Amino acid sequence: MDSESVEDFYSVGSALSSSSRRSNFSIQSKASVRNSIREASFGGLGSKSVRYGSHGAHSETYSISMSQKEIDDEDARLVHINDPVLTNERFEFSGNSIRTGKYSILTFLPRNLFEQFHRVAYIYFLVIAVLNQLPQLAVFGRGVSILPLAFVLLVTAVKDVYEDHRRHRSDRIENNRLASVLVNDQFQQKKWKNIQVGEIIKIYANETIPCDMVLLSTSDPTGVAYVQTINLDGESNLKTRYAKQETLIKIPEKDKLTGLIKCEKPNRNIYGFQANMEVDGKRLSLGPSNIVLRGCELKNTAWAVGVAVYAGRETKAMLNSSGAPSKRSRLETHMNLEIIFLSLFLIALCTVVSVCAAVWLRSHRDELDYLPFYRRKNFSKEGEEENYNYSGWGLEICFTFLMSVIVFQVMIPISLYISMELVRVGQAYLMILDTQMYDESSNSRFQCRALNINEDLGQIKYVFSDKTGTLTANKMEFQCASIWGVDYSSGKSNSLDQKDGYFVKVDGKVLRPKMKAKTDPELLQLSRNRKETEEGSHVHDFFLALAACNTIVPLIIDTPDPTVKLIDYQGESPDEQALVYAAASYGFMLIERTSGHIMIDVQGERQRFNVLGLHEFDSDRKRMSVILGFSDKSVKVFVKGADTSMFSVADRSMNINVIRTTEAHLYSYSSLGLRTLVVGMRELSTSEFKEWHSAFEIASTALMGRASLLLKVASNIENNLCILGTSGIEDKLQQGVPEAIESLRTAGIKVWVLTGDKQETAISIGNSSKLLTSKMTQIVINRKSKDSCRKSLEDGIIMSKKLTTISGITNDTGRMSGAGLTPVALIIDGTSLVYILDSELEESLFQLASNCSVVLCCRVAPLQKAGIVALVKKRTADMTLAIGDGANDVSMIQMADVGVGISGQEGRQAVMASDFAMGQFRFLVPLLLVHGHWNYQRMGYMILYNFYRNAVFVLVLFWYVLFTCFTLTTAITEWSSVLYSIIYTSLPTIVVGILDKDLSRRTLLKYPQLYGTGQRHECYNKKLFWITMIDTFWQSAVAFFIPLIAYWGSTIDASSIGDLWTLAVVILVNLHLAMDVVRWNWLTHAAIWGSIIATLICVIVIDSLSFLVGYWAIFEIAKTGLFWLCLLAIIVAALIPRFVAKFLYQLYVPSDVQIAREIEKFRTQTESIAVGREMNSLLDTPRR
Amino acid sequence: MSSYTPSSSAGGVGSADSAAPRRNSKRPKYSKFTQQELPACKPILTPRWVISAFMLVSIVFIPIGVVSLLASRDVVEIIDRYETECVPQNFRNNRVSFIQSDANKTCTRRLTVTKHMKQPIYVYYQLDNFYQNHRRYVKSRSDSQLRDNSSWNDVSSCKPEDDSNGLPIVPCGLIAWSLFNDTYNFSLNNQQLAVNKREISWKSDRDHKFGNDVLPRNFQNGTLKGGKSLDPTVPLSQQEDLIVWMRTAALPTFRKLYGKIERDLQPNEVIHVTLENNYNTYSFNGKKKLVLSTTSWLGGKNDFLGIAYLTIGGLCFFLALSFTVVYLVKPRRLGDPSYLSWNRNPGGH
Repeated sequence: MDSESVEDFYSVGSALSSSSRRSNFSIQSKASVRNSIREASFGGLGSKSVRYGSHGAHSETYSISMSQKEIDDEDARLVHINDPVLTNERFEFSGNSIRTGKYSILTFLPRNLFEQFHRVAYIYFLVIAVLNQLPQLAVFGRGVSILPLAFVLLVTAVKDVYEDHRRHRSDRIENNRLASVLVNDQFQQKKWKNIQVGEIIKIYANETIPCDMVLLSTSDPTGVAYVQTINLDGESNLKTRYAKQETLIKIPEKDKLTGLIKCEKPNRNIYGFQANMEVDGKRLSLGPSNIVLRGCELKNTAWAVGVAVYAGRETKAMLNSSGAPSKRSRLETHMNLEIIFLSLFLIALCTVVSVCAAVWLRSHRDELDYLPFYRRKNFSKEGEEENYNYSGWGLEICFTFLMSVIVFQVMIPISLYISMELVRVGQAYLMILDTQMYDESSNSRFQCRALNINEDLGQIKYVFSDKTGTLTANKMEFQCASIWGVDYSSGKSNSLDQKDGYFVKVDGKVLRPKMKAKTDPELLQLSRNRKETEEGSHVHDFFLALAACNTIVPLIIDTPDPTVKLIDYQGESPDEQALVYAAASYGFMLIERTSGHIMIDVQGERQRFNVLGLHEFDSDRKRMSVILGFSDKSVKVFVKGADTSMFSVADRSMNINVIRTTEAHLYSYSSLGLRTLVVGMRELSTSEFKEWHSAFEIASTALMGRASLLLKVASNIENNLCILGTSGIEDKLQQGVPEAIESLRTAGIKVWVLTGDKQETAISIGNSSKLLTSKMTQIVINRKSKDSCRKSLEDGIIMSKKLTTISGITNDTGRMSGAGLTPVALIIDGTSLVYILDSELEESLFQLASNCSVVLCCRVAPLQKAGIVALVKKRTADMTLAIGDGANDVSMIQMADVGVGISGQEGRQAVMASDFAMGQFRFLVPLLLVHGHWNYQRMGYMILYNFYRNAVFVLVLFWYVLFTCFTLTTAITEWSSVLYSIIYTSLPTIVVGILDKDLSRRTLLKYPQLYGTGQRHECYNKKLFWITMIDTFWQSAVAFFIPLIAYWGSTIDASSIGDLWTLAVVILVNLHLAMDVVRWNWLTHAAIWGSIIATLICVIVIDSLSFLVGYWAIFEIAKTGLFWLCLLAIIVAALIPRFVAKFLYQLYVPSDVQIAREIEKFRTQTESIAVGREMNSLLDTPRR
Repeated sequence: MSSYTPSSSAGGVGSADSAAPRRNSKRPKYSKFTQQELPACKPILTPRWVISAFMLVSIVFIPIGVVSLLASRDVVEIIDRYETECVPQNFRNNRVSFIQSDANKTCTRRLTVTKHMKQPIYVYYQLDNFYQNHRRYVKSRSDSQLRDNSSWNDVSSCKPEDDSNGLPIVPCGLIAWSLFNDTYNFSLNNQQLAVNKREISWKSDRDHKFGNDVLPRNFQNGTLKGGKSLDPTVPLSQQEDLIVWMRTAALPTFRKLYGKIERDLQPNEVIHVTLENNYNTYSFNGKKKLVLSTTSWLGGKNDFLGIAYLTIGGLCFFLALSFTVVYLVKPRRLGDPSYLSWNRNPGGH
């Protein structure tokens, strides 16, 4: 069960929590003022979350109402049961073969090209290449000009082919699986791909369901089938699905089963389904509990028969298999701005060239006809003198401009986009394979779902965390109970006394629950006393309620010991599981549940109760109830739910004292950090029951507005309750959470916890997770009107300012300066947020929150979570990260700059919506502090370097153009200029971008403050960009002008000096990189030196082709001493300024990273032991 | 059927569930690479290291600078600019019409040897303001035609000098068409001074770029004569002036080798040059120079590189010195944690 419903169940105000769902299902709830406020603000978000659907027990209630809406014939699909021919006659429904592969052999080329050209970068390439094909503009040869484009297209295409091949293979396996299908009144094996809509399919236990089908009958006489949906939503517990009574009795082989199902068009909502079925003239309505989806497995049921309604790509599983969401990294956004600068620069260069060319043409206009190196006139045709390749002054200038764009095209570092992609893939690969982010308990690796925001991980300023399942393990443990006003929590756990816990013997076999719960001896004693005392009877009722009032399915599991069987409680809510295990430990063991009855072993005596009615949990009522018929014909309704909702329906006249003490206990439980549930019951008189029964019958068969009718029925019966007591369930903190929060805080990251729990629970979890410390001043805002909110906020701001300025430190630099500062914590609840969010108070909330080091929001609804993230995102340029595990975190995860999903107990929706997924909250520390820091530093440097690398080359070309009458001649061969960014200089930057580390993992974890580098944008900012550009200018000038002056007026030919420039620039650029590499491992060495050697080889190869102009030039020039002296002088002179600046900067304005690096190098011996110890405490992963 | 009955299927599922994670653990395999722990060297710019690096550069560069400067000074060069002098006085104002006319263009120059010149003495002609690197110009050639007789009509890239009188030109293109055609005859003390015009081009060009079966055809037959005509009986691979000319210069001021004088020249010897001033550089105000030069290991006379090396070396020496001083005056202990920003201002400013 997702935490949405868990948390809702406990505390969230009903009006708050329903709105997310309202967007999914068109239910008109009583729109209160509060609702309408929020609806207006988060309308956009709501529609977004449609994709993820809603989830949990409540959805059923809603979707039933959906099915009652008349399905328009236009929107419906008609499925004739057992008549695929007729079914598929009118509409071509999709067959069951799936194709996740994008391409076939025929469509690959056009389709792949089409998809690739969606990128602007490639369009740029293409335009340049096309321009170059015009004879007037042909700067490069045909082949050469297409090479860069062809290269990137080829690389991407190869990657796509590989991926597609894998998909095709898995498709083939999937399509050729077998299922039994009813053909000519008997079941035959048929390949999955041949299954058609309308066919009747029989599934056996543990088989995977081949398509979405409506259940007709199952091996269970009541028509129950259990399915595991782990492939669909990742939830490992079993879900119950029902066949309709009307079809249950039919045996498909014998009775000719015919009928018509009218269902909605295929959609991706895996928790919703609406349809009508006409069988034997009767019209039945079908809901999501009647359909089993492709990809699920049938469990615990011998067989199930169903009719296919959606097949192949129209199944919900296939419709839901969408890719990762795409976000754009902050660094890339900044980079795009700088790329605009570069474009302007490019335009400037081209303008300079064309203006100069214009001036030259103008001043030589009289000579052009006969200039030996221009010769406009063409005399080859007898008699007539015509201009050759000259289209007039204006056009020539225009051509010059376009040609210079072609020649200088690499100024816009298109290759950077490709290298960035490769680097990110590499970084993601290394993050995935990091053993320190592998979660042993869930056997899950780190997942990188979004490939384009790796570097954002290094710049996070705000972390928004969900509580349940994120900070806590979502493993509920029953701790204590208060029954009839008596608190049974004082007793110590005495599991030693009864080693094996409670068990029952059945046919000589021992049956015991899989997990034991903590028991209180006094309570245990009482529970055994049966109903002899009044106290005992209340205890009896309490545990009976716990055992009965739930949707848990017990499963019997074999153990190696044949005489012992374990009973495993499968259910959607971990709270319910904990409660049922607790009841079992106290001797109320749930043994069997079918749709009609439950079997409970009460203190060794097996009792059977008829389940007369079940009102499932929904977030409006925030309670569920079950109506049990006892063997003595008495009928009782048991209700459990969140405290607020329960006390509002309690019978206060009867037991006011009990209610008061229970409330007190409730408060103390929640301040201990326990999750509480209140249990109540009422005995129904026969007339009451009859009244309810008829109302229930009407409601559940109603065609219109079924949900609201059911809601009404439930509310009618759930009143005047006798409060039995409350239970306290502990939600254990995840491993390493306090340490992780400590680290994040030291790193200058603000941790905000957004939870649906109530204030006391949230504060206590805050305390135990070290989020709140005793030193902190807490500002609590829980107001019920806008004005009081405003006042609290103003007071809070004044107070926080006072507290933070007393110590004389304003927190504006973002650096944490621990001593002397009184940290302030803000605790705010969802009700106040309703008034604050999206009003003018937002600003003051943000002001207050930014003064606080911790913010805790409790009782917030899912969309409010997103609202808070949006609040921060709107007002600062700082990066936000949201981490959560449940469906209720989806909107927050999508809203934040970086979304992290915890792949834990709850469903996969958070993971599906996230950019990164991992097993534990504490992995956030290595993820941000280590990988984030590295990735940011690497990517920042790489972008700057790529700008520099391309600009140096372009400038060298540009300088030369100034000496060729501005005619865009290049001394460097066209092959070299194309290969420059492909072979000569690409590999080192990729290798460095993947592998270089400025600091070791140890240092980064030891000094979390080093994370500030990214928050302060130290590795990539405007200043660095301009410094780099100035350096580029200098380096290109040196590289160009030293040979120019040295060879001025000599016999040097263009190819030879071009080779010199090529080599000089390549060596320069690679040495520049080498100078900035922090860690030299063998791969770095290989890449950098290898690139230089590769360049040399390429130049030699190019100069060995006798059909090219530069034949043998490199050998001729390499014979001369001047060449080598020029090379040496260029490299030294070009790098001196950078080297000097770097050195002085490092020595006298050392950055933290620099000092840490020195510490690492010079002080490792003395401190390594201490660091090691710290490491172990932080990351208790066994190191190999 | 009730779920309570211990059916084999349910049991099977349960046990599989519990055993599965253990069997196929997804724990990433440990390797130094994947954990980013490859052994690596991490150099740091310590003052000592940087100062010694600069010292090293200056120690290497200053001697190189001195040596190249000396080498450049050793080179003896005689440069004679003649494009104006070789035009008769009365044509000085209209040099283009002179050069295009049929008048006698012979001209005599006197060159005095200033220093001892050791053989071989290279004879160059130097052109200024001649853009042999102009795009229109460099593209106007056909390498395949030059190399191979069979593709003699492959002149598509040679426009506007591709064919004349309807026949392809060999060698085609503007470059060949504009072949330099001034000639020099040297005499010393009334004796002919032999100029060796063989092996003045690259051997690779003669062997592989210019075919020994490609004979000039239809060359300089057009309306406008651009430069020197070629002997149609001599294959291109032996037309060394053409080969030299066609290795187009990188820069607008360039020299081309004309030949070699293979004897020493003594100081104060006077060389008489009888030259034919045929080549039209007047239309674009190009200069023409005749250069006689010896050579050193560094090539021709060029002080620039020596000066550059001395400058860089000197600068590095200066930097090394000043860093030393600065470091002695204001040292910083490397790797001192108290410099870390969060340690620098404990408790505020």
